[in-house]
Amino acid sequence: MAGQTIKIALIGNPNVGKTSVFNQLTGLNQQVGNYPGITVERKAGTCKLPDGSKGLVLDLPGTYSLNASSMDENVVIELLMNKNDKDYPDVAVVVTEVENLKRNLLLFTQIKDLEIPTILVINMADRMEKKGIALDIPYLEQHLNTRIALVSSRKNQGIDHLKDLIVSYNGLSTQPCLNASSIDPDYFNSLRKIFPSQLLYKLWLVITQDTNFGIIDIKELQGTSFTKTKPELKRLQQKETIKRYQFINDTLKVGQTIDADKANDLRAKLDRVLTHRVFGYVIFMAILMLIFQSIFSWSSVPMDLIDEGFAWLSAYTAEHMAPGKLTDLIVQGIIPGIGGVVIFIPQIAFLFLFISILEESGYMSRVVFLMDKIMKRFGLNGKSVVPLISGTACAIPAIMSARNIENWRERLITILVTPFTTCSARLPVYTILISLIIPDRYVLGIFNLQGLTLMALYLLGFGGALLAAWILNKVLKLKHKSFFVAEMPNYKMPLFKNVGITVIEKTKAFVMGAGKIILALSVIIWFLGSHGPGDDFKNAEEIVKADAQQRGISPEEWDEMTASYQLEHSYIGIAGKAIEPVIRPLGYDWKIGVAIVSSFAAREVFVGTLATIYNIGGNDAEDETTIRQRMAAEIDPQTGEKVFNFASGISLLLFYAFAMQCISTLAIVKKETNSWMWPTIQLVGMSGFAYAVALLAYQLLK
Amino acid sequence: MKTNLSLLKKGQKAVITEFNVDAIPLKLLEMGCLPGNEVQLLQIAPLGDPIYINVNDSHVSIRKETAAEIGVIIITE
Repeated sequence: MAGQTIKIALIGNPNVGKTSVFNQLTGLNQQVGNYPGITVERKAGTCKLPDGSKGLVLDLPGTYSLNASSMDENVVIELLMNKNDKDYPDVAVVVTEVENLKRNLLLFTQIKDLEIPTILVINMADRMEKKGIALDIPYLEQHLNTRIALVSSRKNQGIDHLKDLIVSYNGLSTQPCLNASSIDPDYFNSLRKIFPSQLLYKLWLVITQDTNFGIIDIKELQGTSFTKTKPELKRLQQKETIKRYQFINDTLKVGQTIDADKANDLRAKLDRVLTHRVFGYVIFMAILMLIFQSIFSWSSVPMDLIDEGFAWLSAYTAEHMAPGKLTDLIVQGIIPGIGGVVIFIPQIAFLFLFISILEESGYMSRVVFLMDKIMKRFGLNGKSVVPLISGTACAIPAIMSARNIENWRERLITILVTPFTTCSARLPVYTILISLIIPDRYVLGIFNLQGLTLMALYLLGFGGALLAAWILNKVLKLKHKSFFVAEMPNYKMPLFKNVGITVIEKTKAFVMGAGKIILALSVIIWFLGSHGPGDDFKNAEEIVKADAQQRGISPEEWDEMTASYQLEHSYIGIAGKAIEPVIRPLGYDWKIGVAIVSSFAAREVFVGTLATIYNIGGNDAEDETTIRQRMAAEIDPQTGEKVFNFASGISLLLFYAFAMQCISTLAIVKKETNSWMWPTIQLVGMSGFAYAVALLAYQLLK
Repeated sequence: MKTNLSLLKKGQKAVITEFNVDAIPLKLLEMGCLPGNEVQLLQIAPLGDPIYINVNDSHVSIRKETAAEIGVIIITE
């Protein structure tokens, strides 16, 4: 069997520790989808099995049943229905949790009805004794027609047993647990007659879902005498659910004993505090404050190091490589470009760290609970809080996390407003601008003025999102009944391994994704900035020399003047000058204009672009100044003022707070809404608003 | 005492007797919110809505408008 790959699908309710099991099986051998641009639909990883063969593990999104009520759940059904899918599993591993066995088994019995070899994992087995739960495993295995692995993913117990079971998946029973067709025998018998070759339960699923899963054409069913109305179908689904619970209850009555006295009440105590009418919100605000303050202060040290490191690398390369086009490309295009991405790794990592801790611990669900009523007023849902908070890391996974919002209208509004929240790509822009225009001073002894400004920008982002949601809620005429059902998982100590893997994987995916765009743009900008049409560019040296001699400027300054003259007459200079009239009223010169236009691809390109432009314009390659120092020294030749002054700085901050500058986000919105209309509305609406606000700010402040 | 789930007080336990199938999402049924099962109201959100219940060992929060469609008989005060 060695050399063969066994395809394993991990399936389970949310909050059963499925991801922990996945991490235990695969460790860092995981591939998260490759955004930007491509949706993370299925997380996959590989594991080594005891007989030497390889396992390909798919971590499917958490689902409560095979009746899809959200996008996430569709993914699971789609895969399990389609035997021809390349990822169709050889073996299904249904993960359940010892304390929620009854509910978790509902999904298990459904999976069994699909007649896939199935293993039952009962996770968090280490809690059994404390909770007074005892299980009769042989009895359960017999009555559920399965093999069971008792696992404690937190303590790394039982994983080897699970691997043994996976290896011998061929011997697993594919018999269903119960016969769902008895809920309406006549109906199911006629179905069987029309589609004799199809699995009856699959047919039933196809009929009851809103989505067409393609194994049979749903139209074939319509118009026949077997069509049922939606309410009739829902009643049948209810009957099915009751029947399943009857079976589960009967099985657990013998197979499980619970000593109720031992159930502990830590959850109740924590809930009393964390969802308290006053403390609940105070604690939530305090956590947010702590996150934003710490991101700003903790990551400044590694960021400064990276910044100076790249400036040094650039100078060192220039000194040690033969002068020429290639050296210019590396020194002026590639190194500053990469530096522009690498510098904000610390901040992204901190953000993902905090968010994954909040999620893992179970606290995020309490925030959902606290916020539902407030969010409802804005046409959102308590669950919209998760995308809005995750949006502080990156809008792409955040928009995808809106998939568990069942109601289309609320989900759409959430998707449309999420890019307003301050994502980590804005951080490098904010960081550099804040450090240029806001003094590094403390107010009231503890609050750093620069940190407060950053906090204000985050609040502005949330405010923008809520305002936009409120407007969309008034404007959009979509009829959808709003439902809200959110599970409140038990509190858990976050696992270092899970948090660590999330941080590493997400940061990596983000940097690789954004990095490609930034690197490509840096090279393009370098090219456009160091090449130009016509004689002005070609003969720059002579033109400058003649002019300088006439004005009596000393030859030491000629080089610098030539460089900036050349830049002005390069392709990029010409393009920048062309758009200058549009951005002048906002207080920007043409160099900033170029940076803004190129950062419509991705915001963080802004800093990289300026770095590239100033590097081309700068004369002295050995000069170890950082990009920040160059920006601070930049003078507008027309006004003689600093380019980055308070008014233009605030105007830029506001522009970046609101403008829709992220191609990847637009792509994901197109994908999630399946239409070009919504991303277009986002682009025009957000950027138009950003322009108006920036214009107003500059005109008032200048 | 017969009432509906949205009118329970904090800590009260009840048994579900009936509900309006068309008005409540299937997901809630799958969580175990079915006739005959016990339900306890654990918390009410600070602004009065939603509520946080334990039904069939599932801890879920739902809005009051949904809870109002679920008939219960209170078993403990």
